[in-house]
Amino acid sequence: MTELTNLGVREIRDGVAQGDFTAREVAEAFNAAVEAASELNAFIVATPDKALEAADKVDADRAAGRELGAMAGVPIGMKDLFCTDGVQTTAASHILEGFVPRYESTVSQNLWDAGAGMLGKLNLDQFAMGSSNETSHFGNVVSPWRKSGGGNAGMSPGGSSGGSSAAVAARIAPAATGTDTGGSIRQPAAFTGICGIKPTYGRCSRWGVVAFASSLDQAGPMARSVGDCAIMLGAMAGFDAKDSTSLQMDVPDWAAGLSADLKGRKVGIPREYRMDGTDEAILESWEQGKNWLRDAGAEIVDISLPHTKYALPAYYIIAPAEASSNLARYDGVRYGLRDLPEGAGLQDMYAATREEGFGDEVKRRVLIGTYVLSAGFYDAYYNQAQKVRALVARDFERAWADCDVILAPTTPTASFPLGDKTDDPLAMYLNDVFAVPASLAGVPAMSVPAMLNGEGLPLGLQIVGKPFDEQGVLNAGLAIEQRAGFEAKPETWW
Amino acid sequence: MSDYRIQGATGEWEVVIGLEVHAQVTSNAKLFSGASTAFGAEPNTQVSLVDAAMPGMLPVPNRECIRQAVRTGMAIEAQINKYSRFDRKNYFYADLPQGYQISQLYHPIVGEGQLTIEADEKAGIPEDKVIGIERIHVEQDAGKLMHDQHPTMSYVDLNRCGVALMEIVSRPDMRSPAEAGAYVRKLRTILRYVGSCDGNMEEGSMRADVNVSVRRPGPISDENPFGTRTETKNVNSVRFVMQVIEHEANRQVDLIEDGGTVVQETRLFDPNSGTTRSMRSKEDAHDYRYFPDPDLLPLELEDSFLDECRASLPELPDAKRARYIDELGLSDYNASVLTAEVETFARFETLLAETAKRLGKDEKTVATQVANWSLSVAPGVMKSLGDEADPSHATAEAQAEILRMQDAGEISGGQAKEIYEIVLRTGRDPAEIADTEGLKQQSDTGAIEAVIDEVLAANADKVEEYRGGKDKLFGFFVGQTMKAMQGKANPAVVNQVLKAKLG
Amino acid sequence: MSIDRPTVAKIASLARIKMTDAELDRMAPELSAILDWVEQLGEVDTSEVEPMTAVIPNTLRLRADEVDADPRTGGDRRDDVLANAPVAEHGFFGVPKVIE
Ligand SMILES: [Mg+2]
Ligand SMILES: [Zn+2]
Repeated sequence: MTELTNLGVREIRDGVAQGDFTAREVAEAFNAAVEAASELNAFIVATPDKALEAADKVDADRAAGRELGAMAGVPIGMKDLFCTDGVQTTAASHILEGFVPRYESTVSQNLWDAGAGMLGKLNLDQFAMGSSNETSHFGNVVSPWRKSGGGNAGMSPGGSSGGSSAAVAARIAPAATGTDTGGSIRQPAAFTGICGIKPTYGRCSRWGVVAFASSLDQAGPMARSVGDCAIMLGAMAGFDAKDSTSLQMDVPDWAAGLSADLKGRKVGIPREYRMDGTDEAILESWEQGKNWLRDAGAEIVDISLPHTKYALPAYYIIAPAEASSNLARYDGVRYGLRDLPEGAGLQDMYAATREEGFGDEVKRRVLIGTYVLSAGFYDAYYNQAQKVRALVARDFERAWADCDVILAPTTPTASFPLGDKTDDPLAMYLNDVFAVPASLAGVPAMSVPAMLNGEGLPLGLQIVGKPFDEQGVLNAGLAIEQRAGFEAKPETWW
Repeated sequence: MSDYRIQGATGEWEVVIGLEVHAQVTSNAKLFSGASTAFGAEPNTQVSLVDAAMPGMLPVPNRECIRQAVRTGMAIEAQINKYSRFDRKNYFYADLPQGYQISQLYHPIVGEGQLTIEADEKAGIPEDKVIGIERIHVEQDAGKLMHDQHPTMSYVDLNRCGVALMEIVSRPDMRSPAEAGAYVRKLRTILRYVGSCDGNMEEGSMRADVNVSVRRPGPISDENPFGTRTETKNVNSVRFVMQVIEHEANRQVDLIEDGGTVVQETRLFDPNSGTTRSMRSKEDAHDYRYFPDPDLLPLELEDSFLDECRASLPELPDAKRARYIDELGLSDYNASVLTAEVETFARFETLLAETAKRLGKDEKTVATQVANWSLSVAPGVMKSLGDEADPSHATAEAQAEILRMQDAGEISGGQAKEIYEIVLRTGRDPAEIADTEGLKQQSDTGAIEAVIDEVLAANADKVEEYRGGKDKLFGFFVGQTMKAMQGKANPAVVNQVLKAKLG
Repeated sequence: MSIDRPTVAKIASLARIKMTDAELDRMAPELSAILDWVEQLGEVDTSEVEPMTAVIPNTLRLRADEVDADPRTGGDRRDDVLANAPVAEHGFFGVPKVIE
């Protein structure tokens, strides 16, 4: 049954609905693939029984002639940032190791309600802080991709949704959830040759998702096709009264609205994204992308997003500031790790627990965030960053006068070997230089695979859209997908 | 101006007081979660996943809490900010699961307002005084720590955690313990009128942070500015607020006069000793790293919401007091006492309406009568009975009936008290009591005339003296008549007949 | 501007993260580099700009004052609240004794 694992979301759903195979057969095939791929370290915990249970329900529903959901019969990977009732949820941190929530995140619940099943909880950068999936307490995820001629060096699957990207690229899950705070869906999707979309801020409920930076966090789907992303995003999104920032608006049927015909559409090319240090191959793929979109009927126009340069530093104030506060709840009192040294008082317990429980990158960001909010620095750092953020958002608003979507590279480079950048946090942060502006502005953005570079590694193209215009983003993505004909897949070495 | 002064060794000192009152907002559910706010439940049973700050939990504000804060703001004539925001105040403590309190620093919901404390000669407040209120903001209450249940552990109960509080911040406008006490009492009265807080200080529904500093009397100037203040936290009675001020002011004067300086710090009050002491301060205690809560959007209030809030406000204490004086003709004192508490005016107004109805007179005509009954006669009877009284028998109907019988001359004042005693004890009907217990007075002029004739005949010598100019004897004849009639004669009739007979 | 070791120690204490001397030595230059880099934001003229408050223009919804309307945000679920506690006794969370 190995060919079942080559199928995507739509193929599985339609095949189950048509009776080509059962949901149970699909779940079993993916459960086996997950088990066989332990070398990738993509999952923190596998939940084969959960996958089977959901599959059996779908099969029973089908047998009974009941209506099937949009994700019926599709087993997926769940990023371990989503709280799952009765299943350990860790955010890849030691401080939450063993934490078993008694509640289900809204997004994961929406997916189960749509008929999806859970293969397991996917590895990630600790608290979603990282761009290479090297900050997990549970070890690196290894990308299924390898450099041609690069020996056996383990490559980064990107981060923070690195377990998600690796699992989908390796065909051990047809799709997975991701979360994107400053590129955490798009950058790993680009690194592993898959698609991923971060919707407009507020489309997907944050309720039950371990918070990193509240004003930036957005969940989204990662899958191997634009169409699959559209289906899955439709299942994930929706108004949630439990989240004050949730958008109170209807979820369009994005899958039904897909069209690669871009006649009359204008695609903006931001001149500020042509940065020093960007790979030649990336620039080449960007040129290719323009051609593809022109071919689909779009008009290509030059635009300016003048504050692009300042987006990343603003992000590295705002996100750590929010994180320093969001992570204050991990204190060893109500759940998770407690480290109580002999004779320690309450405050000592906090300090010991957090020393023991947080990884280095988490500590770095909590400290940066604490510093920029501390007495005397608030205006110079945090307030200035929020003003710059407003300017970044205004850049986009002004750009929409000239274009409907924006085309840019997703990342400045292809994937890199694990360990390459771990000593240099700043170099690591630069990975997200193209992804962060859309996060700050809260607008939808997706990455679609474009081509392989000279070393046989995937490159992604990013499409950024207007607020609420996921459809425009997906359509442009589809136009690229159809023309790029990206069929490459990693060889199975695990 | 208050002339309350601390007499120091080097001269007089003025005390400057500002209060931050935390008032628990009356609501069914908590500020950001659906857990109940009811008092006294089993530990951690009124705790939602949100209150316990489980991973991924998010706050959604409760409309009623916002509404109550706005109504309170309106009651102190404050500016209501149609745009406000919630900020996070970050610190680590076991009663604060999120590691931050959601509060409002930069843009509070209520801005500048004021309230008036009334003149009270005895307390050293010579005239009415307006106290400025800087702001009211809405914030979360913390949980509770129990330190005496286990030898090495403190226990954490999060039932209170997340209950809505209004923090009402006064200007440093008070100058004596009495003014501060009057301010807290007046604020409590307003909150209870509005219904935004039950004002129950014993249960902690209202507690004050008391800011005290001392300076030389005289206008504020660069040469004579405000002194350095201390803040004594969580003081939970009016008496304690006044004690804190006394103690702190004297401590600060002693300190300064001994060549020391006052440190700006947080202090704790010990009710047993009546003194304050420094809290073991952490160096970072004041670095709360406030920033706008990214889980919450700006709070923007619509005009229709504000209109509803305004329309729902009751008559407020100052207006009510003025009306009692101007329209009902009550004395200043009676008006003050009757309007001080919600229960008091509610009972008074019910009884007033009932009495006016039974007497077929308007409220103004019977107001003083009802006020006297309510403030002195009825409480006196209630008190004398102690435990024997059943307050549920003190209905407006029963009391109004007693007042009616008295007004009609059917019973005397003394009989009214006696009847009311029986009512309170048994709940029996006052008219029936008057009948069966013989508690009625004689108003029949003929019968009274007969008795008076006997009295005058038996005291012919005194009658002579009276007619000779000894007016004081009139009381003697009244007394004799009443005695002969076992106190059951209508004194008005007795007076009238006696006057006629004595010429 | 760089931040020195004592400053890092102070922030770490504020953030309640215990740090060894070695960690402080390692972290101080890393944090300095990051802060030096973010300081380029000072170049941006923001005098005419309000700081961003809502990512997507939207106002705050208020919920009805109802107790336990949704079990996911209501009370009366002590077992769930205490289920993951390192120390829970008699319905309370236990922490090392606090002297106030
Ligand atoms: Mg205070
Ligand atoms: Zn407060």
